[in-house]
Amino acid sequence: MSEFLYNAVDIIENIKNQKVTSKQIVSKYFDNIENKNKELNSFIALNKDLALSKANEIDERIQKGKPVGKLAGLPIGIKDNICTEDFETTCGSKILKNWHPPYNATVIKRLTNEDAIIVGKTNLDEFAMGSSTEHSAFGPTKNPLDLTKVPGGSSGGSACAVKADLVPIALGSDTGGSIRQPASFCGIVGMKPTYGLVSRFGLIAFASSLDQIGPFANTVKDCATILDVIAGYDPADSTSLDIKRDNFSDFLDRDLKGMKIGLIKEFNEYLDPEVSQNLNLAADLFANNGAAVSEISLPHIKYSLSTYYLIAPAEASSNLARFDGVRYGLRVAGKNVDEMMINTRTQGFGPEVKRRIMLGTYALSSGYYDAYYGTSQKLRTALISDFKKAYENVDVIITPTTPTGAFKFGAKLEDPLQMYLSDIFTIPSNLAGHPAISIPFGKDDENMPLGIQILSNALDDSKVIQVASILEKLRDENVT
Amino acid sequence: MSQKNNLISKEQVLHVAKLAKLSLSDTEVELFSEQLSHILGYANELRDLDLSNYPPTSHPIELENIFREDVVIESISNKKVIDNAPQSSNGQFLVPPILND
Repeated sequence: MSEFLYNAVDIIENIKNQKVTSKQIVSKYFDNIENKNKELNSFIALNKDLALSKANEIDERIQKGKPVGKLAGLPIGIKDNICTEDFETTCGSKILKNWHPPYNATVIKRLTNEDAIIVGKTNLDEFAMGSSTEHSAFGPTKNPLDLTKVPGGSSGGSACAVKADLVPIALGSDTGGSIRQPASFCGIVGMKPTYGLVSRFGLIAFASSLDQIGPFANTVKDCATILDVIAGYDPADSTSLDIKRDNFSDFLDRDLKGMKIGLIKEFNEYLDPEVSQNLNLAADLFANNGAAVSEISLPHIKYSLSTYYLIAPAEASSNLARFDGVRYGLRVAGKNVDEMMINTRTQGFGPEVKRRIMLGTYALSSGYYDAYYGTSQKLRTALISDFKKAYENVDVIITPTTPTGAFKFGAKLEDPLQMYLSDIFTIPSNLAGHPAISIPFGKDDENMPLGIQILSNALDDSKVIQVASILEKLRDENVT
Repeated sequence: MSQKNNLISKEQVLHVAKLAKLSLSDTEVELFSEQLSHILGYANELRDLDLSNYPPTSHPIELENIFREDVVIESISNKKVIDNAPQSSNGQFLVPPILND
């Protein structure tokens, strides 16, 4: 039984060939959930009966030889900022506690159209604002590899769920690294696709020009399989790209012939010796197996963090204005409508969300707009132009996913800027709208996983998958 | 960090909180004055850059405006929308008085 508890593609194949039923698979994962979730706090909403009844229905169709979808019978966990009709969607916030979305997000429709089974909703930093999942109104999620450490964030619940075998696949969202950083901290694969490749319809907005939904998986192949299902044009999302796209699963198991790989010169100063050594090991593996590895320069990349912490809070302060106690969620009474709104927001939002709303409101306020928001939007153009030049010379860029492995609970809670710095390598891809993946590679000195991040140009998601799949193979062959 | 060195004064914090419809305790006002100053101080590195050659980015991937056919399509029922309201009346959202008399 333990073998098919690992790879999603094997689970799908075994269910289709009737070597196992979806009901058996779903039951086995629920056994794990029942054993471990109380301690890990990975899922914050579950529905076993619903999952089992869907599994039964799919099993019956398979037994009768009727057609089923590409993900038939596969259990999946969903980050709780993605709208699901069958589950409350809270964003990890008191302000949305008990909220039942009146519609499913497009990604949910795409997954369930292919007969995937949504088992529950995973924990997150409130409104996806955080890097540790410590900022959830439902308590922190733990790292399954060391319960004294954070799983990363903001999609910590999804990363934990896949690593702890509570589900083989989970979806997260990534605004500044919220998929890749927890994937790295938990030792799994996590990908942020090109902005606009996956519909954001039904993803509760944090920073609309940066947010993107993507998969968590144990392997690159599983990740590509899910991306093939969730990617695609959606008229309900005005930033969705109406383009002919690759079939990502076609880019697995290729070679590195002619592949040019870049290392970012400006990141060198942020690298600890062990992280630097780990990156060099990956670079050497690429170089020894047919790729040309060179150093590239992105002069504006060192300003990414500053830029992000002006743009993301600014967009958040605007997006979160809708939580005012009028149409949905929490309402705290007040003697007039203004007082009701202030009371609702003051009691409904947690400290990190308030901090970012304050920061964003300040950056957008009269007299400061040009100096902060305006300047950061120009910097964003400068960064995109740097990347454009770099991709004339290289196909992909590799970096560490994070400056360190997973840290202890509380280590960065008192100093927001320190917390923000843990996203320093992941943020540039969001600012540029480019695809990026994190692959488990190496360990820190406390034996926690490190990740290698592979970046590429807009819409080169297939290149990211290709190189990630090769690195995964080289790692398994060469690194103990 | 002493108050007078903070980039964002307590008065500014209170002004921004008013704009954001948040009510802050004295401790929060002090904390935010310090933390926002710290974060914006870090971000001040951007001010010294000459970015005059770069137009602002509003979306990372260039997009053209998208039009759709002006046809009626099915949308969510009024009931489903109103069901989530903290208070409603006759299919409409109910709020406390807007003006005090």
